[in-house]
Amino acid sequence: MSAAHSALAEQFRDMEQQREASSLGMWVFLVTEIMFFGGLFLVYTVARAMHPAAFAAASRHLDVTLGGINTAVLIVSSLTMALAVYAAQVGRRRRLMGFLALTMALGCTFLIIKGFEYADKFHHHLVPGSGFSFPGAEASPAEMFFSLYFAMTGLHALHMIIGVGLVAVLLVHAGRGRYTAEYHTPVEISGLYWHFVDIIWIFLFPLLYLIDIHH
Amino acid sequence: MPEHIASPRIYLRICAILLALTFLTWRAALVDLGPWNLVLALTIAFSKATLVALFFMHVRYSPRRTQLVVVAGIFWLGIMILLTMSDYLTRHQLTS
Repeated sequence: MSAAHSALAEQFRDMEQQREASSLGMWVFLVTEIMFFGGLFLVYTVARAMHPAAFAAASRHLDVTLGGINTAVLIVSSLTMALAVYAAQVGRRRRLMGFLALTMALGCTFLIIKGFEYADKFHHHLVPGSGFSFPGAEASPAEMFFSLYFAMTGLHALHMIIGVGLVAVLLVHAGRGRYTAEYHTPVEISGLYWHFVDIIWIFLFPLLYLIDIHH
Repeated sequence: MPEHIASPRIYLRICAILLALTFLTWRAALVDLGPWNLVLALTIAFSKATLVALFFMHVRYSPRRTQLVVVAGIFWLGIMILLTMSDYLTRHQLTS
């Protein structure tokens, strides 16, 4: 480990300490993200506890197949991201670029499928607002379900878009040979972000799509 | 502590388990288990999230202080949800 590495900031003793500090800093940021999404999950929990039947009825209008495919797409994208970090750790530049490109492609696949789902909701008047229409007496709590659906999946999709942008930057820098076995912290902490966004979806899928679908 | 490099084989195995758990959570939702549907769905989701954090996010190989930050974050989220729900779920006793 050379203390003279060009990426070493002067306040750190060595590359190892710098890497650990960066990772810790990223985790502190992710904890604020847990609280950010946590507020939405909390509102969802309260609203669902108060209107269980309306939430179940509204949930059945979501496409479980597309939601399930997207869950698998995100999990595989987490695998390719983890393999990209591994490629960076062992200093394999070509392989790093390949896995980053694959991760981006899977992220875009997720967003495209999500786009089709949103379009379907507009088509069936399930978007909250003046155009909203829902059969039955519990239209109001059902509208609340769709408000939460769009808020939570929308915020998640925004994180996905930012994630794809981050990976695109990594790809450009990797192409210029900026990451080596000694220095690849940006790959590592962008990976943390990507996996975190995957974890959010792991909770969104059962909570939004899988309420009482056995009826 | 020097950087721990996990083998790609572990990542492949974790990915396979995550996909299997996704299939399981979907199949389980098709069976009527009453209130246990939600309990099972959340248990599977927490298991999947734990696997992602421990292996993909390297929490398992991270220094203690990083692990402490992760656990503290989840703990505080737990406080927020637990205290709020203990309020909402006990309100009906006052009104009925």
